[in-house]
Amino acid sequence: MGNALMNFTINGQSVEVEADIRSSLLDLLRNSLGFTGTKKGCDQGACGACTVLVDGERINSCLALAVQYQGRSITTVEGLGIDGALHPLQQAFVEHDGFQCGYCTPGQLCSAVGMAGEIERNIPSVVTADLAADSVAIDERELRERMSGNLCRCGAYNGIIEAISETLVKTPASSQERVRA
Amino acid sequence: MNPFTYERASDAPAAIGLAKGNAVARYLGGGTNLVDLMRETVERPEMLVDVTGLPDGIEPRADGGLLIGAAATNTALAADSHVRTHYPLLARAILAGASAQIRNMATVGGNILQRTRCRYFYDTAAACNKRQPGTGCDARDGFNRYHAILGASPACIATHPSDMCVALAALDATVHLDGPDGPRSIALADLHRLPGDRPDIETELKPGELITAVEIPPLPFARRSTYRKVRDRASYAFALVSVAAALDLDNDGTVRDLRLALGGVAHKPWRASAAEAALKGRPATPESFRAAAEAELAAATGLRDNAFKIELAKRTIVAVLGNLTGDDA
Repeated sequence: MGNALMNFTINGQSVEVEADIRSSLLDLLRNSLGFTGTKKGCDQGACGACTVLVDGERINSCLALAVQYQGRSITTVEGLGIDGALHPLQQAFVEHDGFQCGYCTPGQLCSAVGMAGEIERNIPSVVTADLAADSVAIDERELRERMSGNLCRCGAYNGIIEAISETLVKTPASSQERVRA
Repeated sequence: MNPFTYERASDAPAAIGLAKGNAVARYLGGGTNLVDLMRETVERPEMLVDVTGLPDGIEPRADGGLLIGAAATNTALAADSHVRTHYPLLARAILAGASAQIRNMATVGGNILQRTRCRYFYDTAAACNKRQPGTGCDARDGFNRYHAILGASPACIATHPSDMCVALAALDATVHLDGPDGPRSIALADLHRLPGDRPDIETELKPGELITAVEIPPLPFARRSTYRKVRDRASYAFALVSVAAALDLDNDGTVRDLRLALGGVAHKPWRASAAEAALKGRPATPESFRAAAEAELAAATGLRDNAFKIELAKRTIVAVLGNLTGDDA
């Protein structure tokens, strides 16, 4: 009970922090460590705004007890860019209007980066037609299914899918021309 | 959230030893359901024993079956090449559940032991015989669109929310347990209970028992199998009705054997034994699929908001079996 001293690697930096063992990873990141890029939407695993990467895999940090993730390498939206420059996906969100209010954006970004890794590792989705194939054929339907854990109340889904298509996975469904027009 | 202590177990005996004698200890997997319930104070453990470090291997057996460590994540099991080729209904069921983020966190053991998403169970201001025995059931005269049509009781109409378990029920999976009195095994189909007058007792697990592994026997014809989930959104929603099915046909189009289970309809994953019996040896036609579905749903009862699920379940059974015979229903 009470507090515990916990260690993590966050965006490449070793961090030691004392926190209540009831803290979610989300609250620890935001309240104890100041990584406020990660957002609290529903706080019950329904919206995906709190998505972060743990050892490269996307999770909902609101459902994660921080104490359970000690010693792990966590990437938040603050850690996606390289040397102060936007991650290519962040730039694509700007160019494709992948947001309006922006509240879901950090979760969308981390989720999409995690998703790209899942596609590379040939992890199927429920709409994957051929489960036995050596690689997943990614089209817009696959992307929408794979990103369904991230809600956008502004309804910027079309821009989000276009930004992801252009940046992380090359798909025939990618329709940059329509957005530029 | 109530205060608790946290312990991380390195193996099953250590986990059982830590939890032993503590009636309010809980084993912690991915936490995707338990942490949420703790935040709502529906669950109030004094001790969490983290079992995510226990075996998570997915190993083909010499007999052609599969042994799955309970700490395997849902993602790992759905992505396993043996599961994808030999038990596609299991891969599809898992992938139909939750979101990618949650599947990355959730364990196989935790998926089995997840609790109903009945909103009255979550709402500590509502009457719920499952959360607080003897207080009544606000779902019965409330919003019960997602509730049970089979096996319910006056005390409880909650459903078991797992997709994975529906496929495991169809596959005759066995759950391996360990506990203070030693290891034992139980059929997955027998692990979850119907609510009766004690909906608070959801499984046959004894105090302190831990799921260590799930074993699936070989079923060659499960290569021809699938899972279909009908829900209110295209993705990331719990089932109104789901169907897991595997079909074995003779050359002349007769059903030699089949496995059929339903989700979203009962307090437990529902093995459709009556439908299986009705269809075995019959021609694989929409008419006999419909007759089998009628046999299974004969005892179903609907409430204000969920009576439509009776017909929905029948039609989904017919459609899924049709798909497995090559019909694009």
